[in-house]
Amino acid sequence: MTAAPRVYGLLAEFETPAQIMAAATAVNTAGYRFWDCHTPFAVHGLDKAMGVKRTILPVLVFGAGLTGATIGFCLQAFTNAASFSIWALVWVAGYPFLISGKPLMSVPAWVPVIFELTILLAALSAAGLMLLLNGLPRLSHPLLANARFRRATDDRFYVVIEAKDPKFLRSKTEAFLKSLGAKHIEIVEDR
Amino acid sequence: MSSAPQLTSQSATKGYIDCDNTQQPTSGRVPLVLNMHSFGEVTHQVCRVAENKPPFAWYVAFVISLSMVGFLGVCVTYLIFTGVGVWGLNNPVMWAYDITNFVFWVGIGHAGTLISAILFLFRQKWRTGINRFAEAMTIFAVICAGLFPGIHVGRVWLAYWLFPIPNSMDMWPQFRSPLLWDVFAVGTYFTVSTVFWYVGMIPDLATLRDRAKGKFQQFAYGLAAIGWRGSMRHWHRYEVAYLLLAALATPLVLSVHSVVSFDFAVSQVPGWHTTIFPPYFVAGAIFSGFAMVVSLAVPARQLFGLKDLITLRHLDNMNKIILLTGCMVGYAYSMEFFIAWYSGAMYEKFAFVNRAFGQYWWAYWIMVSCNVITPQLFWFKAVRTSIPLMFILSIFVNVGMWFERFVIIVTSLANDFLPSSWGDFIPTWVDIGTMVGAFGLFGVLFLLFCRYLPMIAIAEVKSVMPEANPHAHHASPHTDHAPAAEGSR
Repeated sequence: MTAAPRVYGLLAEFETPAQIMAAATAVNTAGYRFWDCHTPFAVHGLDKAMGVKRTILPVLVFGAGLTGATIGFCLQAFTNAASFSIWALVWVAGYPFLISGKPLMSVPAWVPVIFELTILLAALSAAGLMLLLNGLPRLSHPLLANARFRRATDDRFYVVIEAKDPKFLRSKTEAFLKSLGAKHIEIVEDR
Repeated sequence: MSSAPQLTSQSATKGYIDCDNTQQPTSGRVPLVLNMHSFGEVTHQVCRVAENKPPFAWYVAFVISLSMVGFLGVCVTYLIFTGVGVWGLNNPVMWAYDITNFVFWVGIGHAGTLISAILFLFRQKWRTGINRFAEAMTIFAVICAGLFPGIHVGRVWLAYWLFPIPNSMDMWPQFRSPLLWDVFAVGTYFTVSTVFWYVGMIPDLATLRDRAKGKFQQFAYGLAAIGWRGSMRHWHRYEVAYLLLAALATPLVLSVHSVVSFDFAVSQVPGWHTTIFPPYFVAGAIFSGFAMVVSLAVPARQLFGLKDLITLRHLDNMNKIILLTGCMVGYAYSMEFFIAWYSGAMYEKFAFVNRAFGQYWWAYWIMVSCNVITPQLFWFKAVRTSIPLMFILSIFVNVGMWFERFVIIVTSLANDFLPSSWGDFIPTWVDIGTMVGAFGLFGVLFLLFCRYLPMIAIAEVKSVMPEANPHAHHASPHTDHAPAAEGSR
């Protein structure tokens, strides 16, 4: 195979979770930085073996939850207890809603809506930020154009070392992957 | 078209052929996937449902459901053009079939979230076989539920008044009303359930994309899979996000039926105004939801050949939950009666005696027989593992739980404080048609889901197979020191 088009990286195929685990540990130890494992399911402990840092996602989601709670409180306090106007897309006025003799700031009655908005914002941000941090949606990717790679969502486990890695040297990296016991190695082109 | 399952050479070591996985093994973990040795076989088993033509029974069910939806359309259109008066509800029974159906369908949804979120937090690995379609059931049930309050508001075109939308009338919703809490609770529940379901489905949509033969399938599944490549760096964030979603969905699901129960409990009506309602409603919701999962799983696994993935053990476990929640519901029924007597409030006392022996006595006793008495048969393992019996009992529970909501709503409103303002409720054909039509809507959505989407969480099932353990499967002679069986029940 000639490397006329740009080379995205090297794809090495493994057959079992145990093999990919060993390979990932070795690639990580060898000091590669731009590389990844592709597996049909989340292999338990593989992220640790790869040296993946724990994601910041929970902190962001906590922030989103707090935002939801704040919005829930302010929304109800303004629409049911305030007597001033604010600009929210249009000029809107609060309405001091007196009902069944309850105090205007009847916080206990607002708890359900505050709670639901907390959950809503936290859940939407958990899903949305996860995709965002993962760089998804991304419908076009060199790996998706590779026919062999289709089994990454079925029953094969892949190590991909990208060509942009400073330690990447096609012949040496290929020999290294072979030494890890890869069943098959091929170049992935970036067209 | 049948592409033979790719049997990989690895792991043909110990197969769980024809083993009875309802028995507790003396050592190791219970097999949750039967008769399969490789990940490829699991992929094939699930994907072929979406890839091949469905069985004839699917078309029959689809046509029946679709005609029921057509009738639903007739009923709803007639209602909107004429007014809520086409239903049988009137003073004093202002809520009847509409709210009964609403509470029934919201309750059905709860089992899906329980399976996907709460069992996930408890590390119950058997959930992986059933969580996908239980979650789908949740979403479709909430859609059916949302229909009823949507059309019973009367002037449907003003339904947006439910939301705090800035408007030229300077008019806001009344946030101290439980009915408005309901809007937020059910709205959030639907949104979060859908997100949870979709996030869980992304890897499996990628599997369908990578197997798709036709151009259109490749495009559609490709779009839906949003470029998932199974990257471990992605999986890392994905698993954290999934855990967070489960942790958020757990209090959410408990809150939803609690808020639904507030619609009743916050009012002053005898029979509604009780503090036991939130936990009682949540238990009832899970009870009815699991019954619906069993009612759906039994024919689905038969029809689509998924018996090795939705095994007898899965059904056995679900029947145990039905038994447990059925007992909780039975406890709540008796506690309601006790408190009615113990409170000394004469209206409360009358409301409960009237439920059991008043003009709706038959509804009450259908409820008790179906929800409390017949589920007791699940104490016997022979019943829990008998397909026909569990199917019949699960239908009983569905019927019983529908009547529970009917009893709570209609009997309480029909005979409240003043005998001079008592009245009866008699359903009209529109009432019945809308109820039947909602089942059709549910059926259509569920059948389409079975046909086009991965019915079982492929990636998750693979991850609970013994082969998935990166430390256990070295094929060395002494492999039997498998890692400690972590909660495989």
